[in-house]
Amino acid sequence: MRLRRLKDLLASRLMLSATVFSALLVVLIAIGLFLKAKPILSIQPLSTLLFSSSWHPLNGEFGLFPFIMGTLWVTVVAMIIAIPLCLLTSIYLAEYAPNRVRGVVKPTIDLLAGIPSVVYGLFGLLLIVPLTKSIAPIFGITTNGYNVLSGGIVLAMMVFPVIISISEEIIETVPYGMREASLALGATKWQATKLVVTRGALPGIIAAIILGFARAFGETMAVLMVVGNVAKAPSSVFDPAYPLPALIANNYGEMMSVPQYGSALLFAALVLLVVVFLFSVGARLILVRVEKRYQVG
Amino acid sequence: MDKRMLEEKFFQVLMMASTFIVVGSLFALFLVVVLKGAPALSLSMITQTPKGGYYLGKEGGVLNAIVGSLCLGIGATVLALIIALPVALFLQKDYIGGSRFATVTRLSLDVLWGVPSIVYGAFGFIIMVYLGIRASLLGGIIVLTLLELPIMVRALDEVVRRVPQELKDESYAMGATRLETTIKIVCRQILPGAVTAVLLAFGRGIGDAASILFTTGYTDRLPHSLLDPVASLPLAVFFQLGTPFPEVQQRAYASAVILLVIVLLLSIISRLLVRKFTKYVIR
Repeated sequence: MRLRRLKDLLASRLMLSATVFSALLVVLIAIGLFLKAKPILSIQPLSTLLFSSSWHPLNGEFGLFPFIMGTLWVTVVAMIIAIPLCLLTSIYLAEYAPNRVRGVVKPTIDLLAGIPSVVYGLFGLLLIVPLTKSIAPIFGITTNGYNVLSGGIVLAMMVFPVIISISEEIIETVPYGMREASLALGATKWQATKLVVTRGALPGIIAAIILGFARAFGETMAVLMVVGNVAKAPSSVFDPAYPLPALIANNYGEMMSVPQYGSALLFAALVLLVVVFLFSVGARLILVRVEKRYQVG
Repeated sequence: MDKRMLEEKFFQVLMMASTFIVVGSLFALFLVVVLKGAPALSLSMITQTPKGGYYLGKEGGVLNAIVGSLCLGIGATVLALIIALPVALFLQKDYIGGSRFATVTRLSLDVLWGVPSIVYGAFGFIIMVYLGIRASLLGGIIVLTLLELPIMVRALDEVVRRVPQELKDESYAMGATRLETTIKIVCRQILPGAVTAVLLAFGRGIGDAASILFTTGYTDRLPHSLLDPVASLPLAVFFQLGTPFPEVQQRAYASAVILLVIVLLLSIISRLLVRKFTKYVIR
C-alpha cells in the first residue's frame, strides 16, 4: 500500500512540474525576448522604435513604424474580407444547413486549418497575385500583384477556420427556447436569428473575431510570399507592405552578425508577442464569461 | 410576398454564397497547387536527395526534406506528448481541475496557442544561442515541441474532461489510487481522442516553416545525428520558389503537393483510427 501511495505522490509531483512549465512557457518566452531586446531599448526610446519611419540598420536607425503599419494594413484587409464571410457561414452552419451539408462543410473547414502556411503562400503566388494584378487597372492603378490586397486575401483564407469554428460553436450554445420564443411571436427564421441568436452570441462572436485577428497578426510565411516586402508604410491596398513577421523572417541572418540589428528584430518579435498576448487574453476572458452564463442559464 | 420573406430569402442566399466561397476557396487551393505540382512530381523527387547543380535545374529530389520533416515532426510530437499528457491529466477534477491554478494554466495555454510561429522561432533561436547549439535537428525539435505543446494539451484536455466521473469513482471504490485510475481507466478512455490530438499536433509541426527557419538550417544531406542541420519540406518549398529557375520552381510546386498529401493523409488516418478506437470507449 505504501508503495502505491508513494507512486501516486511521485506521479502527481511530476505532473505538477509539467503543468507549471506549460503554464509559465508564455512568460518564459516573453522574458527571453525582453532580455534580448533590452540592448536596443537602452539605446533608443520606445517611441522612436515604434513610431519612427526610418529603418536604416547600418546607421543604427531602427524605426519599426513602416512594418507595424504593414502588419496592420494586411491584417485589417484580411479581417474586412473574412468577417462577413465567416459570420454568414457560421450562422448558416449553425441555424440553416441540413445535416448532410454540415457533415461535408465542417470537416472541410477543419482541413483548411491544417494546411501549412507555405502552401497558402504558394496558392497566393499562383492565383491571388495574378488576380490582384489584373484587377488593379480597373481602379487606374498598376501593381505587380505583390501588395496588401494579395496578402489580405491569403490571410483571410487562413483565419476562416479560426473564426468559423469558434463562432459556430458559440451560436449553437444560445438556448433553443430563445429562438422558439421569437418564432412564436411571428418572427421569420432570419429575424429570429438576427435579433435573438446573434445578439445572444455577440460577445462570443467578438471573441472569435479577436482570435482571428491575433492569428492573422502574426502569420509569417504565407504573407511574406505575397505582399512584396517594401519597407514603406502602405497608403492603399494596392501598395506593397512589409509586415513585422516578414521582417524578422527575412533578416534572421543578421541576428548573428550585427548585435543591434538582432536586438531590434527580437524587439519586433516581442511587439508581436505582446499584441497577440493582449488580444488572446481579452478574447479568452470573454469566452469564459460566455460559457459561464449559459451553463447557469 | 412581404418584405420580411424577401429579407429571409436574401440572407439565405447570401449565407449559402458565403459558405460556398469558404469551401470553394479550399477546393481552389487544392486544384491550383495539385495541377501545378503534379506534372513535376516524379519518383526521383521522393527517392533522391539533391544532386550537384540541383538548384540550377539538374537531377535530384527532395528526399532530404521529406526525411528531415518526418524526423522533426516525429521527434517533436513524441516530446510534446511526454509533456502534454501529464499536464492534461493533471487538469482533471481529481487533481487541480476547477481550481484557479487550472483556469490560469488553461488561459496560458490558449494564449500560447495563438503565439505566432515566428515568435517561437525567435525564442528557439535565443535558447539555441544560450545552450550553444548550432542550427540543427535538435534545435528544430525543441522549437516544434514548444509549438505543438499548447495544441496537444488543449486537445487532450477536451477529451480527458469528457471521461465520466462515475467511471473514475467506480475505480476509486475498488481501492485504486488516483494514479492507477488515471493510467488504467482514463488513459484507456481517452485513446481515440489522444490519437486525434497527436496527429493534429504532428500535422501542425510538420507544416510549420516560420519557427524552424532560424533553428534547423538547411542541407542537401540526410540527417545522421541530432546535431546535424536538417532540411524540411516547408522550407524546401520556400527556398526553391526563391530561385530564378522555372525548373526549380516547378519542384517547389511538387514539394508543396507532397507536403499537402502528407497533411491530408494524417487527417484522414486520424478520422479512421478514431472510428476504430471509439468502439472500446465506455459512455
